[in-house]
Amino acid sequence: MLEFIKDTKIDFLGKRKYAFIFSGILSLVGIFAIIQIANGKANLGIDFAGGTSLQLKFEKPINLHEVRVALEEGGVRDFDLQDLPAVQKILIRAKKADQQLGQVSDTITGIISKKFTNNRYVVDSTTEIGPKVGGRLRVDAAQAVAMATLGILIYIAIRFKFDFAVGATVATFHDALAVLAVFFLLGKEINLILITALLTIAGYSLTDTVVVFDRIRENLRTRLKEPVEAVMNASINEVLSRTVVTSFTVLLTSLALFFFGGEVLHDFSLAMILGVIFGTYSTIFVASPIALFWERMGFFKKRK
Amino acid sequence: MKKNILSRFVLIGITVLLAIVFFLPNTPFFRYMPEWWKNTMPNKGITLGLDLQGGVHLVFEVEGDRAVEITAERISQSLRELLGKRKLTAEVSRNGLLITVSPNSMEVRKAIEESYPILTAAETGTKLVYKLSDREAERIKDNAANQALETIRNRIDQFGVAEPTIHRQAANEIVVQLPGIKDPKRAIEIIGKTAQLEFKLVDDSSPVAAEIPASIRMGEEDALLAKFSGKIPADEEILFEKIVNRETGEVTKRPVLLKKETMMTGDLLTEAKVNIDQRFNEPYVSITFNAAGAKLFEEITGANVKKRMAIILDGTVYSAPVIQERISGGNAQITGRFSMDEAKDLAIVLRAGALPAPIKMLQNVTVGPSLGTDSIEAGKMAGIIGTILVVLFMIIYYKLSGVIADFALLLNVILLLGAMASLNATLTMPGIAGIVLAIGMAVDSNVLMFERMRDELKTGKTPRAAVDSGYAKAFWTIFDSHVTTLITAAVLFQFGTGPIKGFAVTLSLGVAINLFTAFIGTKSIFDLINSRKEVRQLSI
Repeated sequence: MLEFIKDTKIDFLGKRKYAFIFSGILSLVGIFAIIQIANGKANLGIDFAGGTSLQLKFEKPINLHEVRVALEEGGVRDFDLQDLPAVQKILIRAKKADQQLGQVSDTITGIISKKFTNNRYVVDSTTEIGPKVGGRLRVDAAQAVAMATLGILIYIAIRFKFDFAVGATVATFHDALAVLAVFFLLGKEINLILITALLTIAGYSLTDTVVVFDRIRENLRTRLKEPVEAVMNASINEVLSRTVVTSFTVLLTSLALFFFGGEVLHDFSLAMILGVIFGTYSTIFVASPIALFWERMGFFKKRK
Repeated sequence: MKKNILSRFVLIGITVLLAIVFFLPNTPFFRYMPEWWKNTMPNKGITLGLDLQGGVHLVFEVEGDRAVEITAERISQSLRELLGKRKLTAEVSRNGLLITVSPNSMEVRKAIEESYPILTAAETGTKLVYKLSDREAERIKDNAANQALETIRNRIDQFGVAEPTIHRQAANEIVVQLPGIKDPKRAIEIIGKTAQLEFKLVDDSSPVAAEIPASIRMGEEDALLAKFSGKIPADEEILFEKIVNRETGEVTKRPVLLKKETMMTGDLLTEAKVNIDQRFNEPYVSITFNAAGAKLFEEITGANVKKRMAIILDGTVYSAPVIQERISGGNAQITGRFSMDEAKDLAIVLRAGALPAPIKMLQNVTVGPSLGTDSIEAGKMAGIIGTILVVLFMIIYYKLSGVIADFALLLNVILLLGAMASLNATLTMPGIAGIVLAIGMAVDSNVLMFERMRDELKTGKTPRAAVDSGYAKAFWTIFDSHVTTLITAAVLFQFGTGPIKGFAVTLSLGVAINLFTAFIGTKSIFDLINSRKEVRQLSI
């Protein structure tokens, strides 16, 4: 039989110090990102911030710089441009819709039609979100995150003992925070689709954790004489190959989405890729050490 | 073959058959099916979301406060009439939602409160200040939203859009979805126009009228209004007419001094159609009033011969012709240098009726048809490549058992598409992502079981025992990991917008079906292999 990982005896828990430092930094960046988002200082997508986004498809290749100059001269403020040269498309995003909805997109298409008379275009998509809807979507997203967290917590609490529940929850939060941190550091847009990805990651990252915890629980029942740390290490090693393989198949499909799924799903699949990687890492290096830590603190129910 | 294995294969066969029947309308083969099939078998399939087929998703807010204000204005007018009839002297004025009656007296108060129980007194000192009771205001807002919904529906019907979705959301919002629409901008304009048609008298005799310039440039309206704000009488107002020079195309504004009182509105018209002016070859809209409207129009024109009457739409003067004689028959014309489309659209909104209050666009998501097609192609590509990668990996890593897992994967995709078609679910771009992810997650269950079986084999169990205990031991792990994904999918469904709901649907269906394919699908194949003869070695 083909095995990537054969009878390993790696001391995962022994490396928890480094893992905690690495994860701690990532989580702090993630928390900082949340604070910035709450203060409206992060790169919020127009679905949260309100504004206008236009996707234009041109007949001929177009110079992004000329578009920028034309729009600036036309008096459009606070906008981003993005180029998709392979398909001769440009994306224009203008934030802060103070004006009546529809005016910004009219102004932009007016300027471009006038400036590039010999390169015709079609408007592939227009999205205009008023400040009221943006505010509501922010609240909805926050509620969704809270509800999902609560739901997962309750389920874990029912299915596992408290110490495991703490470990699994921390690991899950860690994964979502880590992905958010990377997006924040890369200056990527924080939008509804990213929140969707984060929640999906939260749901999925538990899969791995559950696999490991199930085995730990099982082994704790049989290997009564060994110390908890050793049982945990052995359990992680035993299920290492399935932890890696299950993540790997989801990683494969996420990569397919990233490279072939088109512009709309680009950031979503990037988040999934990161989420799967962080999820696997946290299962091994975060979830179990936290459970162990909880046990050492005396919260763990004494083994018979 | 054992009986219970056979029955499980029959079950799988039936579900696959059902899935195919449900999904058939989404395939090219459906066209070649006989007529009876198309009529009696499922024929809807999966619907494409607006992001995939192109179209617009609009959210409008009905400005309910404006509707309450309009009612307050109407009430203050009838209060004046009421007090006049009772020979009581009191000034009635309205400011925003408040109606002020001064001076206060027992008789006035009694008269008002007997006739208008919907008014509540906010102040009863030297003057009376009334507002509409909260319940009444709520009722008006609710009515306004309902009426706006009906009006928008009428307009969309007359504009001609296939399968529009129009519904209320929250208290005062209206969602309009128009799939596959060619000219979204025009549709937005038709929906958003208040279309309040009013007829008001022009005051040419007032000394102020002589001071008002004949035309101003665009953008100077506010300055002019500020200049004249103190001078014009309380019952008069200045509105503007747009003038386009026929030779140069230059646009200017002509201020018009009007009596505030509305002589007539568009409620009484029965027909609005586009005609062509022979002189300039320009379209105009001719309107026809119903019997009551025609009578009223005749009375008004008869009483104001030689005066000018302005035709006003949404606060803009379209024309202000001199009334030459009493007009009977109930016909009028709205001219205003329209293009053919503009004239057609105006006729549509006039026929469909005015909105009870202005509406404001809160959200507009427009997707062109080519983007949708590109997205579908990209999604298919990602799905196919993702599937191939996973299928190959499973075969390489788990050999024959991998083939069995791949069979389950295929079963998963077929059943997922079938389930979506049977629910007539909407497929969105994130929904495609959900399907592709579900493909990746689908093999997880099998991986967990295979790894368990490997563990069991290592302990020296026979293949049959390894399969049985592998399945039994992996069950709860698989169950737990699926439930947590289902929890997040349920939350996303609850809170998500359209496209994200689509994601939640595909992901949760994918995960649920996965339980079936793993525990009924692959398990049955292993059982089948083991039931034939004593298997010495498991290819895993």
